[in-house]
Amino acid sequence: MKIKNILITFVSAIALLFSTSVVSFAKVVGDKIILGAAISLTGKYSSNGVHTQNGYNMAVDRINSMGGVKVGGKTYKFDIIYYDDESNPKRAAQLAERLISQDKVEFMLGPYSSGLTKAIAPVTEKYGVPMVEANGASRSLFTKGYKYLFAVLAPANLYLDVAIRTAVELNGGKGVRIAQAFEQDAFSQDVRLGILDAAKETGSEIIIDDKLPKELNDMAATLVKVKQMKPDVLVVSGHTKGALTAIRQISEMKVDVPMLAMTHCDAAKLSKQHGKNSQYALCASQWHKTLTYKDDFFKDGMTYAADFQKEFGYDPPYQSAESSAALLVFKDAFERANTFDQKKVRDALAATNMQTFYGNIKFAPGGQNVDKPMVLFQVMCDGDGKCENKVVAPLKWASAELIHPIPKWSER
Amino acid sequence: MDFLVFQYPMITIQACLDGLLLGILFALIAYGMALQWGVMNIINIAQGDLVILGGYIAYFMYLYGIHPAWGVIVSPIIMYFVGIAIYKLVINKVVDRDLFISILATFGISILFMQLMNFAFGADVVLANSGYGTTMLFDNNVVLPNSKIFSAFISIVFAICLVVYMKRSKLGRAIRATAQNARAAKILGVDTEKVYAATFGINAALCGVAGALISITFTIHPYMGLPYTIRSFMIVIVAGLGNLPGVAMSGMGLGIFEEFADYILGTEFRIGSVFLLLVLILVYRRFKLSRKREYLK
Repeated sequence: MKIKNILITFVSAIALLFSTSVVSFAKVVGDKIILGAAISLTGKYSSNGVHTQNGYNMAVDRINSMGGVKVGGKTYKFDIIYYDDESNPKRAAQLAERLISQDKVEFMLGPYSSGLTKAIAPVTEKYGVPMVEANGASRSLFTKGYKYLFAVLAPANLYLDVAIRTAVELNGGKGVRIAQAFEQDAFSQDVRLGILDAAKETGSEIIIDDKLPKELNDMAATLVKVKQMKPDVLVVSGHTKGALTAIRQISEMKVDVPMLAMTHCDAAKLSKQHGKNSQYALCASQWHKTLTYKDDFFKDGMTYAADFQKEFGYDPPYQSAESSAALLVFKDAFERANTFDQKKVRDALAATNMQTFYGNIKFAPGGQNVDKPMVLFQVMCDGDGKCENKVVAPLKWASAELIHPIPKWSER
Repeated sequence: MDFLVFQYPMITIQACLDGLLLGILFALIAYGMALQWGVMNIINIAQGDLVILGGYIAYFMYLYGIHPAWGVIVSPIIMYFVGIAIYKLVINKVVDRDLFISILATFGISILFMQLMNFAFGADVVLANSGYGTTMLFDNNVVLPNSKIFSAFISIVFAICLVVYMKRSKLGRAIRATAQNARAAKILGVDTEKVYAATFGINAALCGVAGALISITFTIHPYMGLPYTIRSFMIVIVAGLGNLPGVAMSGMGLGIFEEFADYILGTEFRIGSVFLLLVLILVYRRFKLSRKREYLK
């Protein structure tokens, strides 16, 4: 009996060993560099999760078909193992563990959203796995002293900084009166901190400072205050629901404000869902297809947008573009490091200084990209109610002139 | 702490009206909950998810070029059958069990609905535009979106219809009899099984109306159901079961209270203050009942 038990234990242990070693991938198998990613394919972030995945896949296909990655005189191709994190931070952290310790992945791509990146970063850091992420902008990611985290995007506190500076400039350099409403989540609160800094530097005054609940779908109270106190700028950030709710209620309540600046307009398909009511809204964006940055793989923004449209059937939101850029960064770093040693790749990543179709990329010691400013676009509609997003700030990239102040509702 | 309400008297009027219109809509959802809680002794955690599903019906009509206001007719019809189906599949197995089992069951339904809606409709936040415009009062100082007025009006119409139906129709009388004493009703020939199914169906239909109205006035999203469940739960707790005028009053009261809490304490305390109110009311009722030597069921 005892012997039988021991035998069973022994056999199952062997079987377990085999089953794990059969499914485990090494970092580089044959001519493949295998990257790991936990992405929200289901759950509340699933639409942006899919944008992220499409961005990654697009870049993998492009880099592989254009010669792959050359390391040590040999050519390698990218491959990605995806897991669905169900938009759940706990699950994301588990999957990161699994990717690293079971699948033996040695390089990671980021998930979607700041919250999930925050959950994964401690894991990749613990194992010394370099991670290039494209969708976690929260400032707190870059103040923890992470050595293996690199973000191709500008941090959250810079999202609407440009808007305040533009408003001050238009006001003849004098401070403006700001009304702001931010959702109570890590990302939006970081955007808020950025506004506080900008207000301080420009001598502007914050007259309304509302925090919106996570399940926000009504901001009438904030807008009534705006109507009464007449600020110069209204700033709103609350992901897609914030953007949609703001436009719906501003148009319904006929709130007149000279400048309206928001985040997540393109993810919310603002101009499609609201048409002319969304006109004149200023939106912070990491990227816009009309920007004239260039690289060898995607050429420029317009070509990227056209290729993406052909492949996936929709106009690429910036979430896809930045995800594609993450792969370009990895390729560049592998080739400069000329090895797959994690430490050396990490150092090569830290020394990145390149231009991609998505923007310039150069990492600060904290891991955030400091070489790419945010852009602001404005929703502009023609007579038939067809609306388009046009870049209006910073001036260097502007493709249209900012319309300021926003015409009153009674005059539209 | 913000005292805008006192500096600008117009804000007071605005807050009252906003709260009132919002409260009427909440009361409609709470009506359904009170009804089936009273009749079947089931607390339906999936209430909010039924609301959102109703909203999606109106949204899809809007996508196909039909005015979303028709959703208030179509959505309850579809949702009635959805409600009956849920009853036949799940609820009839837990209806006589204790409250905890039914809470677990409806909690499961809630999760299932969220995931199914996410799977079928995507995780994007959507809305249906009614194009109803705005009503301006007091020299443009008070603004009321017509969509909100429309919502409140439709809610009142449905609530009145429900009350009349409960009083006059045969099924309504059967439902009330079952609520009073299911066993006695059964002995007297009421088919309680049928009554339960109809009650759950009516509740789902009310959620359908509310959902269609919410897609017109606010936004919908597969994961946005829970706040509606919680609010209707509160309204019913405050009003008590089987007290339909009480539900209407506490709904409107809650709406106004929320708006004022928003202005005076700040938006971040809006929901928190509602919960605080719930605790205070429960403590107060407990205190009152203990003096009368009664107990809170």
